[in-house]
Amino acid sequence: MSVDAVPVESAGAVAAERTGPSPRGEIVRDIVRSPTFIVGAIIVGFWIFCAIFGYAIAPHNPAAENLEGINQAPSGAHLFGTDQLGRDMLSRVITGVRDIIIIAPVAVIIATVLGTAFGLVMGYFRGIVDDSVSRVLEAFLALPLIVISIAAITAFGRSNLVIIIVIAIVFTPLIARTVRTSVLLERELDYVAAARLRGEKAPYIMFVEILPNVTAPIVVEFTVRLGYAVFAIATLSFLGFGVQPPSPDWGLDIASNYPLVPAGYWWEVLFDAVALASLVIGVNLIADAVEGAFDQ
Amino acid sequence: MSTDTAAASDVVTPVSTDALTVDRIDIAYRVRRKDQPVVRDVSFRIGRGESFGLVGESGCGKSTVALAIVRYLARNGRVTGGSIEIDGEDVLGLNESELRRLRQHKVSMVYQEPGRALNPSIVVGRQVAEVFELAGKSDKEALELSEEMLRKVRISDPVGVMKRYPHQLSGGMLQRTVIAMALASEPSLLILDEPTTALDATVEAEVLDLVKALRKEFGTSLLFISHNLGVIARMCDRVGVLYAGEMVEEGPALEVLRDARHPYTVGLLRCIPRRDVDKRRRALDTIPGFLPRPGETAEGCIFADRCGLVQDRCRTEAPPLYDVGAGRRSRCHFYERAQRLPRTEPAQTDAAKAKPSNGAKPLISARDVGKTFRLSGQEIHGLTDVSLDILAGETLGLVGESGSGKTTLARVLMGLTAPDAGSSVELDGRALAYLTKQRTNAEQKALQIVFQNPDSALNRRHSVRRLIGRSLSKLGHYTGAALQNRLLALLHSVRLTDRYLPMRPSQLSGGLKQRVAIARAFAGDPRVVVCDEPTSALDVSVQAAILNLLNDLQTREDVAYLFISHDLAVVRYLSDRIAVLYLGRLMELGSAEKVFSSPHHPYTEALLSAVPSIDAVDRERIRLDGEIPSAANPPTGCVFHTRCPRYIGEICETTEPDLVEAEPGHAIRCHHPIEELRRIQASPPSPQSRPPARADGDG
Repeated sequence: MSVDAVPVESAGAVAAERTGPSPRGEIVRDIVRSPTFIVGAIIVGFWIFCAIFGYAIAPHNPAAENLEGINQAPSGAHLFGTDQLGRDMLSRVITGVRDIIIIAPVAVIIATVLGTAFGLVMGYFRGIVDDSVSRVLEAFLALPLIVISIAAITAFGRSNLVIIIVIAIVFTPLIARTVRTSVLLERELDYVAAARLRGEKAPYIMFVEILPNVTAPIVVEFTVRLGYAVFAIATLSFLGFGVQPPSPDWGLDIASNYPLVPAGYWWEVLFDAVALASLVIGVNLIADAVEGAFDQ
Repeated sequence: MSTDTAAASDVVTPVSTDALTVDRIDIAYRVRRKDQPVVRDVSFRIGRGESFGLVGESGCGKSTVALAIVRYLARNGRVTGGSIEIDGEDVLGLNESELRRLRQHKVSMVYQEPGRALNPSIVVGRQVAEVFELAGKSDKEALELSEEMLRKVRISDPVGVMKRYPHQLSGGMLQRTVIAMALASEPSLLILDEPTTALDATVEAEVLDLVKALRKEFGTSLLFISHNLGVIARMCDRVGVLYAGEMVEEGPALEVLRDARHPYTVGLLRCIPRRDVDKRRRALDTIPGFLPRPGETAEGCIFADRCGLVQDRCRTEAPPLYDVGAGRRSRCHFYERAQRLPRTEPAQTDAAKAKPSNGAKPLISARDVGKTFRLSGQEIHGLTDVSLDILAGETLGLVGESGSGKTTLARVLMGLTAPDAGSSVELDGRALAYLTKQRTNAEQKALQIVFQNPDSALNRRHSVRRLIGRSLSKLGHYTGAALQNRLLALLHSVRLTDRYLPMRPSQLSGGLKQRVAIARAFAGDPRVVVCDEPTSALDVSVQAAILNLLNDLQTREDVAYLFISHDLAVVRYLSDRIAVLYLGRLMELGSAEKVFSSPHHPYTEALLSAVPSIDAVDRERIRLDGEIPSAANPPTGCVFHTRCPRYIGEICETTEPDLVEAEPGHAIRCHHPIEELRRIQASPPSPQSRPPARADGDG
């Protein structure tokens, strides 16, 4: 307490005043300096680099089949070996990140925007609005990802857009619930009453007064959901709802190659799996750092 | 006295030593890998059975000193010099187990918030018994002793209370329980850190009386920490005044408060609104400038920058703690001149010119305002038939204990809470819609509010420019250059400058934040501003400045205030008329003078009597029995009869008295005729006239 004591100010002349660093700046500095964040950022940064320059840096064309060199174990020529069509696994791992790294953030951004809007409306209006919107969102929560995906893909066909929409629909209620909880606490503060007393309308109070004060949980929720989204997208392509062959993709490759593992061709699955795990872990490390900084 | 001897035996206590000796201690907190000194060279002694008070404003280091004494400093805090002895034992040299034994037997501490000192999921009885079990008593013995201990702290139904959980007890009951636990080990030293700050004045008075009585009974020495000079005056033999981590003055409490020898103490005492002073007579004194930041070192006197008596010598030579005779010490080179500290405000204020409110027409009229809350099927009557007027340009003070409905009434007037059907709130004789969003812009402009806690009232993500500017554009319809001009004018009128415009609330101190909140309330040229405890979160010197500002603005802008406060001295200072609420009912309404002097309602009488004051230390007090009853189940008849010191008889329990105009401009809700009140209030109440006390801890 005593350490942070602010100056006791007084009568007439109001003189010097402390101007410390803004709390926001401090949080960003805390995040950027934490070792967890640095490790996570290096991993995720590596995969973003691969997504952009994958085809340029890959030693082989990931789609080039070589029926004379199928199922080759890792060697000097093929560091990660080749698959059942003789394609270079290293090149497929490097280029296989592209779709996932575009789809995941886009889906989560959409979910965050929708979830924040729903959360603000539910938390601010409460009562019947909250009850009815909550019930609808809970209905969506009850449906498993796979069920929604099958329905959507049957109806609209396979495309990245469908996957984005499916992930966004599944994550929106989760984010909405978190935002709602924060808004419920925030709306009881007197600045909201003060805004009402000067005749502000509900949208202004929600988006200009309350929203800036609930960014912390939203940012945390975004990073945490991003990790889940990567995993969910890999799951969908593993099940065949995502990217179509012959495009390189981790989930897809794992799905098509895992029947060969009992035959001893472990490299055709392992490197994809490790790549996927590293991306999820990288995103989660960043999420941990962000959450930790906001919690302090 | 060596540590070894004490460690060898718990029983032998040296008789000749003091209960506590603090000798030249320095305390520092480690912040960003640097030691920041927060307490410097503080020494004091507490003799056996003596009561010593530490006063000072927030940030002066009083709690830090207390925590250091029991070695509970936060992990980054460290005593960097000096020594502390409790009962002759060197506290700083003790190891873990010795420390535990010391805390078990010799020293106890009571904190500000009793609710947080108790475990919410364990019944109270178990928690008290634990203290005795630790001392080696059997389960059964411990429970018996607990019961006896609770009886000693005047809990009338200890068996019932012991079976309850902390949340089922009121604040006053909790604090008594905590005091019982603290005294259970019969410590030689009891440290009380702001023990009554979170309590109502009436409950505070009871707890203070209790501590005083127990001190006699147990012979315990007290270290009493408070920011409230009135409380210190009532409780302590000697007092030490801390400023920015240094002891600036020490001596017998009454002498220090009556004839201070340090300019800081003199200034602090002058900041407090006194009974005989109101806004028409003079503005309150303030202490100019700021508390130095921790770690800031002054070459000379630490108070020099804010001192009205400063000389060249003060800036170059740090004053020692001078012995000024009669057991008094002062850290001022010119202690003999301290009382000549110049006044910071002119004796006559502009308010003196303000017209008296008599004859002014009502601006806001509340008629039969009721508010019933429904909570898990129970009806709670927050307000019952409250009718009052706020006249143009006047200040109407609203007082009452917490739970009396003050804030609810304010929220109803503002249109933040809808009252029950049948209530009416009028502005200029025209009915206002119940909720603010249905009111017109002109009506919204006319009524504004300053909230108690600026941290909650100011959006922490918005700059000062935006906070005030938005109100100007929404309420005043200012745009462009006109808005900028008006913004600067408004900022200057609350004595802020344009360099604060880009700042966020977190960059401002409490007093500055409240100024911004006041500027915002005045943005639409309001006609009535509700001030809901605007200074209760502030230190006294800051409070004085804010009250002066409110006063000033009233004279210039011709605005009426509804001023809500639990601090009667503040209300008295600012108000023209006063309304007293109890359990959501108006008990008394009249001019400040009439309400504050007898004859008045017995409740007002008790409230006034409860306030610790530096002017009247030994005055006879009227005690209120028990706690404020639950609004879910209010007493029959006169709602105050359960606690009334002037209880008449059955009529009080069966018939609710009307609020009658007992004399012109003074209404009282009591069965006693005013002449009778005048007669009986000249003498203290007779104990026989009281009704049987209700069960403790109701609701």
